[in-house]
Amino acid sequence: MQGKITLKLDNIRKIYTMGEHKVLALGGVTLTVLQGEMVAIMGASGSGKSTLLNVIGCLDKPTEGTYILDGEDISGLNKDQLASIRNKKFGFVFQTFNLLGRVTVRANVQLPLIYAGMDKKEMAARTEEALQWVGLAGYINHLPSQMSGGQQQRVAIARALVNSPSLILADEPTGALDSKTSVEIMSVIQRLNREKGITVIMVTHDKDISLYCRRLIYLKDGHVVDDNMLADQRDAAADLAALSEKAGAQA
Amino acid sequence: MNITNNFEISFNGLKANKMRSVLTMLGVIIGVSAVIIMIAVGQGASKRISDQISSMGSNLLMVSPGAGQGAVRGAGGNVNTLTLEDAEAISELPLVNYVAPELSSNATIGYEGQTWTAQYNGTTPEMQDIRDLSAVTGSFFTEDDVADTNLVAVLGKTIVDNLYPPDVDPVGTTIRVNKLAFTVVGVLASKGASMGGQDQDNALYIPVSTAQKRLMGVKYVRLINVQTDTAESMSYVQSSVENLLRERHHLTGASNDDFNVRNLASVLATAENATAVMTMLLASIAAVSLLVGGIGIMNIMLVSVTERTREIGLRMAVGATEGNILGQFLVEALVLCLSGGIAGILLGMAVAKIISMLAGWPTSVTMFSVLLSAGFSAAIGVFFGYYPAKKAAGLDPIEALRFEK
Repeated sequence: MQGKITLKLDNIRKIYTMGEHKVLALGGVTLTVLQGEMVAIMGASGSGKSTLLNVIGCLDKPTEGTYILDGEDISGLNKDQLASIRNKKFGFVFQTFNLLGRVTVRANVQLPLIYAGMDKKEMAARTEEALQWVGLAGYINHLPSQMSGGQQQRVAIARALVNSPSLILADEPTGALDSKTSVEIMSVIQRLNREKGITVIMVTHDKDISLYCRRLIYLKDGHVVDDNMLADQRDAAADLAALSEKAGAQA
Repeated sequence: MNITNNFEISFNGLKANKMRSVLTMLGVIIGVSAVIIMIAVGQGASKRISDQISSMGSNLLMVSPGAGQGAVRGAGGNVNTLTLEDAEAISELPLVNYVAPELSSNATIGYEGQTWTAQYNGTTPEMQDIRDLSAVTGSFFTEDDVADTNLVAVLGKTIVDNLYPPDVDPVGTTIRVNKLAFTVVGVLASKGASMGGQDQDNALYIPVSTAQKRLMGVKYVRLINVQTDTAESMSYVQSSVENLLRERHHLTGASNDDFNVRNLASVLATAENATAVMTMLLASIAAVSLLVGGIGIMNIMLVSVTERTREIGLRMAVGATEGNILGQFLVEALVLCLSGGIAGILLGMAVAKIISMLAGWPTSVTMFSVLLSAGFSAAIGVFFGYYPAKKAAGLDPIEALRFEK
């Protein structure tokens, strides 16, 4: 393997204590992700894939192990420092979008920039640029409730990329969408990975969706059981074009 | 992230739930306006009472006949131990400026067939200085009038208004007091109502000697007003008056005083104390409603935190620190309380104005009560907003993001 290392997990363990029971969510995961990779984490429910994503995204602290992100050991940081890292280095995409329903698309997208303390002028420019990039430039003053699921997820992606993160973490980004919209979202994520060079790590249980990635990691009972590079990555944009053609032909 | 952002986020949060925000504020609005109104009414009352007491004259001692402590109130008037000679003796004392005896009673006043009931006060010209009386037309009667037992009278404005046609100058006319003819020598400027609500203008002043000999046939006086040089000398003069009168009345050792010296300053202090206590009582009742309003805010903030758990989780995921979340909800509670407070202050001022217009009761909205309630509502915002805000800030982002409504 070559290239710059984005993150390095060394023997990460995560144990949840629930009353007297101890649940082993991650049992010593060692993992290296290079810059520009597009990784799918797969596994049955309860395999620890969401926990792994939360640990990588600094939403959760590992019980044991070392986590090096962009060359910096962040295992021992406190909550405020982790919040600052989430703000600077990560973009999150969720299955249920998690947009604020009562405020406009603009307010939703600029949320990470507010916590970064950016000045208004630059904030507005970057918000517009991010929305342009996901193809929703005209929706800046809409409310999320006025938009379709695919559009809402694209707003969420704009929010994830607005702070120019080095990593985008997606938890079942297509889980709430139909198959065509799923391919559409995957094409946006692939474009993000290819054009902007942002590392993407996504959790999915959908085999078809995982084929749009280049590397597949299988988790079972908190351990990595398989870690493969895919020989050829499916191109979501091409699939989308084919799907649209088919729909056009039927009509 | 700065405080302006916090205010923006809070305003957006409150705007999104307008009805709820207004209803929550209502508790604070009512509480704050109640505090303002109660203090305004209380201080208005206090001001009115002290105005009335000081209109009776400043640095004033009132010597009345009868036993002091333990005497039945009102019974003192039947004891006839004070004389004009007592008054003269008091005027010889050091630090005494003016002394005016008083002998008053109600009488029927007649002028050209019209009759009116009013109080006549038999006194000396020094009464002008003590009560701050001034004649608008004519003049007050003189020492000579007192010495000669002249049948002259100075009228209060109410009597003039009720007995005389508007175009007649009362000075020089003849009136009848209990059938006895008096010449009017002056008309007094209006004094308004007294502390007890009595019209001080429904009175006429005549020489005390005339009242004693011609109208009542007695040798005593009902009251001796003593005005001292300064406020500081009042207690000294009070004790020297007491010593003098005990000597003059041949009271020795254990025998009780047959007179009573009241200090108007202490009456004023007592009255002011009483109204201050009343004001505090009213204000503390109002403060309870402010407290209830604050609890309402806490309640709504708790509901709001629960409702917005996912939002809080998301904010944390995109980089909000615990401090940011704490600040957001604290500012939200503060904005609710302060805007409620400002609305309450305006409402309170308006209601106080209406009260003084409708009831004729003076009210005064002071800077103190405005600052007090503004400070109080801000304190309530922080106090009752802190717990919900702390709860929000302490949420675990993963669980918050997974939270199902």
